[in-house]
Amino acid sequence: MRSRRSLLLLAAIPAAYLAYFYVYPLVTILVTGLFPNGRFATASFVEIATNPTVSSVAWFTLWQAVISTLLTVLLGLPGAYVFARYRFPGRSLLRSLTLVPFVLPTIVVGVAFLAVLGPGGPFGLDLRGTIWAILIAHVFYNLAIVIRGVGVFWEQIDPRIEEAARTLGAGRWRVFREVTLPLLRPAILSSAALVFLFTFTSFGVILVLGDLRHTTLEVEIWRQATAFLRLDLAAALAVLQLVGVTVILLLYGKARNRKAGELPLLPPAEVARAPRGLGEWALVATTLTMLLVIVVTPLAVLIGRSLSTADGIGLSHYANLLNPPRASALFVSPFEAIRNSLGFAIPAVVIAGGIGLLSATVVVSGRGRGGGTFDTMLMLPLGTSAVTIGFGFLVALDRPFDLRSSLLLIPIAHSLVAIPFVVRSTVPVMEAVQHRLREAALVLGATPRQAWREVDLPLVARALAVGALFAFAISIGEFGATSFIVRPSTTTIPIAIFHLLGRPGTFGEAMAMAVVLMAITAIAALGIEAIRGNRSGGV
Amino acid sequence: MLEVSNLTVRYGTETALDGANLSVADRSIHVLMGPSGSGKSTMLRAIAGLEHPDSGDITWNGESVLGVPTHRRGFGLMFQDYALFPHRSVAGNVAFGLRMQRLNARTVRERVEAVLELVGLPGYGDRSVGTLSGGERQRVALARTLAPGPRLVLLDEPLGALDRSLREHLLVEMRSIFTRVAATVLYVTHDREEAFTIADRVAIIRDGRIVADDTPEGLWRRPPDAWIARFMGLENLCTVSGLARLGLRPPSVESTAGVVPPEAITLSPGGERTATVTGSHFRGGAYRIELDIGSDAALVAWSQVGIDAGAEQRFDVASERVRWFAG
Repeated sequence: MRSRRSLLLLAAIPAAYLAYFYVYPLVTILVTGLFPNGRFATASFVEIATNPTVSSVAWFTLWQAVISTLLTVLLGLPGAYVFARYRFPGRSLLRSLTLVPFVLPTIVVGVAFLAVLGPGGPFGLDLRGTIWAILIAHVFYNLAIVIRGVGVFWEQIDPRIEEAARTLGAGRWRVFREVTLPLLRPAILSSAALVFLFTFTSFGVILVLGDLRHTTLEVEIWRQATAFLRLDLAAALAVLQLVGVTVILLLYGKARNRKAGELPLLPPAEVARAPRGLGEWALVATTLTMLLVIVVTPLAVLIGRSLSTADGIGLSHYANLLNPPRASALFVSPFEAIRNSLGFAIPAVVIAGGIGLLSATVVVSGRGRGGGTFDTMLMLPLGTSAVTIGFGFLVALDRPFDLRSSLLLIPIAHSLVAIPFVVRSTVPVMEAVQHRLREAALVLGATPRQAWREVDLPLVARALAVGALFAFAISIGEFGATSFIVRPSTTTIPIAIFHLLGRPGTFGEAMAMAVVLMAITAIAALGIEAIRGNRSGGV
Repeated sequence: MLEVSNLTVRYGTETALDGANLSVADRSIHVLMGPSGSGKSTMLRAIAGLEHPDSGDITWNGESVLGVPTHRRGFGLMFQDYALFPHRSVAGNVAFGLRMQRLNARTVRERVEAVLELVGLPGYGDRSVGTLSGGERQRVALARTLAPGPRLVLLDEPLGALDRSLREHLLVEMRSIFTRVAATVLYVTHDREEAFTIADRVAIIRDGRIVADDTPEGLWRRPPDAWIARFMGLENLCTVSGLARLGLRPPSVESTAGVVPPEAITLSPGGERTATVTGSHFRGGAYRIELDIGSDAALVAWSQVGIDAGAEQRFDVASERVRWFAG
């Protein structure tokens, strides 16, 4: 067992990092929002609270999130059911496919739906700037949360519970309403809370598809701070959003704890079976077709339109990325943006990996000694919106040293978003490494350092690699925080895409760039699946 | 020679070891036996350096090892559930301690092969530990513990996870392995049969204190108190009032119980005392006869012939062989 002192020493590094780069900026926002002139200014607070922009933005943020969540749950439940209960050819492939949208960067999702529903789209309708485009994109983006979150639970519920209800005279619909649904409720609620959280703080999708006719709190914070330079108003909006996010996270925590209710759970393999009869086959086929349409259409259209040029099918949009014809119009060439993104991803991965590993060690060896509290603290950045993090950097990091022009600022922001993912993927594995194994190494003559290197590290390495790939994918696609702290010379891929969208005549290049970003993200996601998938003989 | 003196280990308010004393002679197999929760494992862990004593001392050849970290004590510990490294092969597990001594690869390989041979697993080096049976895992754990040549071998219920027949087989084998490598061994178990089969000496621990330390035979013949007699499962442990019914008088007023060794009871028609036979079971070579001597007190005796239950049986007791306990 690690001594209390070395544990505190170990905890000090991640704690200091989070305190300076997360807590301090957040507090600065609070202070700016609540005390704009150094004291609690009732007048300006009242002004902000009664500002019609604030209330209409807050109202829109809320109701679009509610409807997006309802739609996502409604469309996700049949998918969760089909994957949980039936075995059919191509099941695991289709299931992985439904998870693709979730790992895509928001800006890619925005561009893809602009390609489908914007001007010149294949269906001939222009929904840009309407609520419909936003809702559809949100459903596409978050469907995986419901399919995974509810499905994983659903596939372990003993079907005999439902069969018992049927023998007692309940019809299919009543069984669903009175048995299945109550059993699934905690899983549905916690998935819904997550979807709500993501749609409540939606940024990239709204920015691209809302066309600034519809803005959420997240977009408005960005617009007030960067376009109108109203830092006080932006801070007030950020405080408003923080309150909302905290409420959602509390509800989410509650829903998760309720899941602990004892249920006889079965290994998933015993539950799934082949569909029987025309009715079940029809249900499976309809659900899968719907999912395929939702998931594949935007991606296929994005790729298709990125390849269609004035002279038919061709790669000229991609070629323009390397040799921009209107180079003067762009801050940097798209090629440089790719180089920047990769350049920022490396330090982001190193920082997130290092801080994440240290934090995970503290969480695991500090169990029962405050490690749990530390764990909760580490998850906070996950609930904070990326825009808030970026905004915080902008208002706070000029003191005591002005870091705002540092090249490291972007990777640091990305690492904050990524650290919770690194911690979440390593902690369970580290906990599975028995204390005994480390002791066995010590008894055999290994120094504590050798024991860590020879026993812990090899067992945790795989999980750490997964965490690092997550961090890479997050860094490459991060948009919200970067949009605050980016400089013309440090433009990243998502920022470059956004610039290309804003310029007339470069939509083709924006789509080509989005495809490039999608491809990089897909490679990282495939890597994660590959490392996770071949776990045999391991831990 | 290992010397543990006045060792106390506390976990918060709970005292796991309470001034325990023990010494293990070189090249002997010393068994530490006690009920669960008595502090057996804590004692081993403290000796290995995995627990830090609140007071007392642990010395090896007269020198305290308390300031020496686990990895430099040169004591091997075999864990109850083996704690094999799941990410290493059999050879990788056995070689671990040798690699920590920075031996060259060739020496390591030769030692690993020799030790695997010693435990009866020649050629198992490349196997993954996940594919091994319970008995094989036990042998790999033993090989891993012995490979670096520890000056003291600590074993924590090393056969606890195995079934009975395998246990008896491995016990005999382990004893011969320890003799062959001339190991100094401290062996923890709660099983009397296991202890008596393997031990040169047996120490008994109760509530964190060593309450007896003797040869197996000495312990069996002269248990120091009634609790130890009961813990070892000695037969015919009766209260003073029960024995008084047979006309057996304790030597002092402080005695509260006594043991009548079954071999001190002779069944014969001309015996002085009478009891009702409640059971008669053939146990290979002789019958085990259960006698009811009234008010729930019972004795066990051995007989060459079976006796019907319910019969009245006369018998004699060699009163000088009754062992009396105070407290």
